[in-house]
Amino acid sequence: MTSKTSTHEKIVSSGIISELRRICAKILCDTRQFEYSEDDLFAIHLAVEEAVVNAFKHGNKRDPAKNVVIEYDLSPQKVDICVTDQGKGFDPEGLADPRVDENIYKTDGRGVLLIRSYMDKVEYNNAGNSVRMTKFNSKSA
Amino acid sequence: MEEVKPRISVYCAQNATVVTLVDEKILDEETISALEESIMPLIDGPVNLVIDFSNVRFLSSAVLGLLIRVSKRINENKGRLKLCSIEPQILDIFKITRLDEIFEIYPDVKKAMLTLK
Repeated sequence: MTSKTSTHEKIVSSGIISELRRICAKILCDTRQFEYSEDDLFAIHLAVEEAVVNAFKHGNKRDPAKNVVIEYDLSPQKVDICVTDQGKGFDPEGLADPRVDENIYKTDGRGVLLIRSYMDKVEYNNAGNSVRMTKFNSKSA
Repeated sequence: MEEVKPRISVYCAQNATVVTLVDEKILDEETISALEESIMPLIDGPVNLVIDFSNVRFLSSAVLGLLIRVSKRINENKGRLKLCSIEPQILDIFKITRLDEIFEIYPDVKKAMLTLK
């Protein structure tokens, strides 16, 4: 049993996808200390992966000179993760629904749907270049 | 010379080609491109393809895009695509995106093969 009660970190990363994935791995590793279920960890992993790929690909347009800021708070009750890129942002409400028949054969556009499905709370800032995601520990519910 | 790790194993059985995905995690574009380059030559003709996910524990939405490209190619060539052995956590991704309704998904290779007889 860990004696830690919470963790806060803010990481300003170069916008290189391998570096962003290392941070994802660190977040998951740190979250494991708080005894989240495997389903919760899967959900957090998937949501962070989709968020950093969106930041890298769509936000920063793969420009390694642009940073991605990842800020997170971990506790036994919940995980809060904020991913911010240096792009122009987008309107998350304006995204096409990938589940409807006309979009179902499209090869991309499912990341935001997965983030919303797997996390308990998802908010974008007004500019649309920052997503804040929360997952509650299902074991402490 | 750097050793290239294979991303799939392939065997031909009855009237289908069975591709087993080797990696536990399929995330990065490099892996997905390597998979695509390995699978596409196998479906140049009217091939029945079974993709076995039994080793896969985690994948991102980018993999779904690859599967759709593979599915389109197979349909163009009048073949059939079956997916199998997808573990429940990953199957949920297919359900959330409704892709479980466009892909034929079976519990294991044997059951997938039976539908191709």
